[in-house]
Amino acid sequence: MEFYTLDTMTALYCAMLLPFLAMAGNMAFSGMQNVRDTFTLLCAVLTFSCVLMILSNVGNDVTEPVSLFNVFPGVDIAFNIEPLGLLFAIIASGLWILTHIYGVGYMRGNNEKHHARFFACFCIAISSVIGIAFASNMFTLFLFYEILTVSTYPLVAHKGTPESIRGARTYLAILIGTSVALQLTAIIWTYVLTGTLDFTQGGILEGKVVGWIVPVLLGLYAFGIGKAALMPFHKWLPAAMVAPTPVSALLHAVAVVKAGVFTMLKVGIYIFGIDFLADTGASEWLMWLAAYSIIAASIIAMYQDNLKKRLAYSTISQLSYITLGMALASSMGALGGGMHIAMHAMGKITLFMCAGAIYVKFHKTEISQMTGLGRAMPITFAAFFIASLSIIGLPPLGGSWPKFLLMLGAVDTGHYIIIGVLMLSSLLNVAYLLPIVGRAFFLPIPNDIPRTYNEAPILCWLPPALTAIGCIILFFYAGTLQDFLTPIVQK
Amino acid sequence: MANTALVAEHTARTLYDHLPLLQVLVPFCAAPLIVLLGSRRLAWPLAFVSSAIALIISVMLMMSVREGGYISYTMGGWSPPLGIEYRIDATNAYVLMLISAIGTVVLPFAYVSVKDEIRSKDHSLFYACWMLCLTGLLGMVATGDAFNVFVFLEISSLSTYVLVAQGAARDRRALTAAYDYLIMGTIGATFFVIGLGMLYMATGTLNMADLADRIADQGANRTVRSGFAFIVVGLGLKVAMFPLHLWLPKAYTFAPSAVTVFLSATATKAALYVLMRFIFSVYHPDFSFTTNALEIIFLPLAIIAMFSASFVAAFQINFKRMLAYSSIAQVGYMLLGIAILTETGLTAALLHMFNHGLAKALLFMGVGALVLRTGSAFYTQISGLGRKMPLTCGAIVVGGLSLIGVPGTAGFLSKWLLVQAALERVAENSSFLLVSIAIVLSSLLAVVYVWRVFEVLYLREPDPNSTATEAPLMMLIPMWILAGSCLWFGLSTDFLYDIANQAALGLLDGSMGMLDSNEALGVK
Repeated sequence: MEFYTLDTMTALYCAMLLPFLAMAGNMAFSGMQNVRDTFTLLCAVLTFSCVLMILSNVGNDVTEPVSLFNVFPGVDIAFNIEPLGLLFAIIASGLWILTHIYGVGYMRGNNEKHHARFFACFCIAISSVIGIAFASNMFTLFLFYEILTVSTYPLVAHKGTPESIRGARTYLAILIGTSVALQLTAIIWTYVLTGTLDFTQGGILEGKVVGWIVPVLLGLYAFGIGKAALMPFHKWLPAAMVAPTPVSALLHAVAVVKAGVFTMLKVGIYIFGIDFLADTGASEWLMWLAAYSIIAASIIAMYQDNLKKRLAYSTISQLSYITLGMALASSMGALGGGMHIAMHAMGKITLFMCAGAIYVKFHKTEISQMTGLGRAMPITFAAFFIASLSIIGLPPLGGSWPKFLLMLGAVDTGHYIIIGVLMLSSLLNVAYLLPIVGRAFFLPIPNDIPRTYNEAPILCWLPPALTAIGCIILFFYAGTLQDFLTPIVQK
Repeated sequence: MANTALVAEHTARTLYDHLPLLQVLVPFCAAPLIVLLGSRRLAWPLAFVSSAIALIISVMLMMSVREGGYISYTMGGWSPPLGIEYRIDATNAYVLMLISAIGTVVLPFAYVSVKDEIRSKDHSLFYACWMLCLTGLLGMVATGDAFNVFVFLEISSLSTYVLVAQGAARDRRALTAAYDYLIMGTIGATFFVIGLGMLYMATGTLNMADLADRIADQGANRTVRSGFAFIVVGLGLKVAMFPLHLWLPKAYTFAPSAVTVFLSATATKAALYVLMRFIFSVYHPDFSFTTNALEIIFLPLAIIAMFSASFVAAFQINFKRMLAYSSIAQVGYMLLGIAILTETGLTAALLHMFNHGLAKALLFMGVGALVLRTGSAFYTQISGLGRKMPLTCGAIVVGGLSLIGVPGTAGFLSKWLLVQAALERVAENSSFLLVSIAIVLSSLLAVVYVWRVFEVLYLREPDPNSTATEAPLMMLIPMWILAGSCLWFGLSTDFLYDIANQAALGLLDGSMGMLDSNEALGVK
């Protein structure tokens, strides 16, 4: 209906512009922190409601692209709505609300400086994530992809210490380097070969490209999407952990990295086409590389004593699940990958927020120092435990379903070794996540740790508690989620 | 393509018909007027008004030729090839628009900056020179007469030497910079005029359209070839084509801020336009030596410039000097677009000319504002100013991002087109894959040198004794006009793209505006 299409696009533009309004508010009220933070919260809630409005209008239909600007002949800055993007937008904008609340608690609790700049950059990042989610062609997606990189750089360098500047340089060098040198080349090459960049059901490359170009092009995309942290271009993610924890939580566990794997799925599904990949076998090598990434990153994670670094390597491993889902070139795999975006986001953001809560309260960053903290921070560690189980993939937690679907995908395509890889990965997850909880609850409590209830400020423990509950709820709605995503793999 | 000549007869009475002449004449008359009035207070308004008129004229010219075709204007009723002719087509209307737009936008900035940097008794002479420089640049682009190009080239060059030397009020090294530029520029102009002499010898004409006809008739002979070599080297010096760029870093670094802004965005671009005109219109890419020269000389030199100049830029500790080296690298991109020799490549070169002009003018203005407040462009002096001069530094960030070619800024689109142009030729010659890789890799070097500035401005601690405050409004307005255009043309580029594409088609045709029939050359 005419009314609804119009309304949907308005909601879409609002969802992208509201974060900018929040940014402007941050600049304008930079002196009055209560006004500023409440205003941002309001904008975050409104952004989320805009996205929900789109959901209620469109459901899981795929809408026609609406062009905002014409750039070159055949290339527009245009947006459309399709289930995968909508899901990503819902996750990012929904978790923004919680992260903002958490961020306020964290920044104040830690006496960090430059709040206004921090929250302003955060807003631009969110806006570009929404742009990525609703982009209807590769050009638009790349535009927002790069804005996201640039806008998160100040957040990584936030502390301004030599260490954080070094980390931020690594971050920028890898993300800009891969995206310009590889991804941009791939995009322009695609444009030269096909004359279009629109995301099309079934892909645009079929019949236009043959032979060695297909795997080469896929390689340019796969490595060029540095945000997906596929090995060997994963170093930026641990480097980015110098950022304040709210950044690590929302951006480097949800928004930025998910933007990477989201792009990966988009490229696999709408540029190459799952069937085209299956027919040519061009993604076979990518599947093995993803499998390697999953195992290798998990093993590295086991040796990290810094909690955030360990979580970062865990993220690298989990992101490769999604790349794997695309590279399997089966619809089950793609669905599993899509669903893992949601499930992993919920679990990983919880883990990061818990890490931040521990830092705010006791200023501990190393796992070896966290012995016996469970008695003092029961809620934080309970949330951490639930989220760990979800990452590992045990029922009744959300994380179990995507693994199940990925295994189905592996069976479909006859890659039985992949099932082994997924199982081994689960075991490794157990090995690097659960000892943290065990150490906190069951080892003898050192003298300098309080034995009584001594939680972080409520703004720091409530958000992770909510997302942990979210992990449980998602388990029961996995069917709905799968139905919602099904159109992306329909012919 | 239909060549609809809107020939203006010398009997024409309406002002509208005289636009091609007025484009050059208005700033030309303003210059002596400023000197004769001799008033410090009137110099700037006069300069500004005449620049603004030039801008309006160029936009009107653009509008009348953007769909193709050309306007021919004959001086004093002497019809070409005997008389001097001005020919405006999409290509030079586009460059005229760039030059006069930058010239106009810079002036409000110059008002403050010149007051600060140049002795007040020199102001009226300074603006007179400025107007002469503008005249020269507009003239060499507008004219259709080869010798007239030389005359205007010299007018702009001579006034440029004076303008650069004005930096001496602040730093005496400006004198040697101007002197170096004078020597090199004169050598360039001499080469150019020698080349013209050879062409005159071979053809007996100086009208560019007529030259094109006659060269096509007689084919390639040794005189014509040597003429080509002299002209390319001579103009290469003015363009700062690697390795003829040595005058540029010094001249840009020591010239007064406003002059650097103006020159960086216009002077090399005008010379580049003339170079294109000679390569594509007077000569023709169909001549084997022209194509060979492009592939054997331009292509490697362009790539070397892109890498070496960017590399040098990354190690500079002076913001202004860094930008100067970056300009040499960016000229490399434009030359590369020409050397690729396709419609897309030329469109990319022309678009990059405009986009780079915007970004570079913006960045040099940013430096100018920092210099106004801190007295120096060294990184140690400007560190941590991001918080004290947020609007200035914000504009610098936009310009820097456009220089890198981050999506959403104008610079991205021209780089995109350049890579696309290179990739389009992969099918016939797979070594162009390497060219496209070179483009993306060298733009990563731009990330390095631009990001160094960002870190200096935002992440270093400011000097505790510094009293720097935000730049005055007269500087901020032009800066943000340019910053806005960088962003706007990064999103909505169809207007510029169409014009640049039209201009590229005209150039590749080898005919439009210059030759009346394609058949003369047997063009495809």
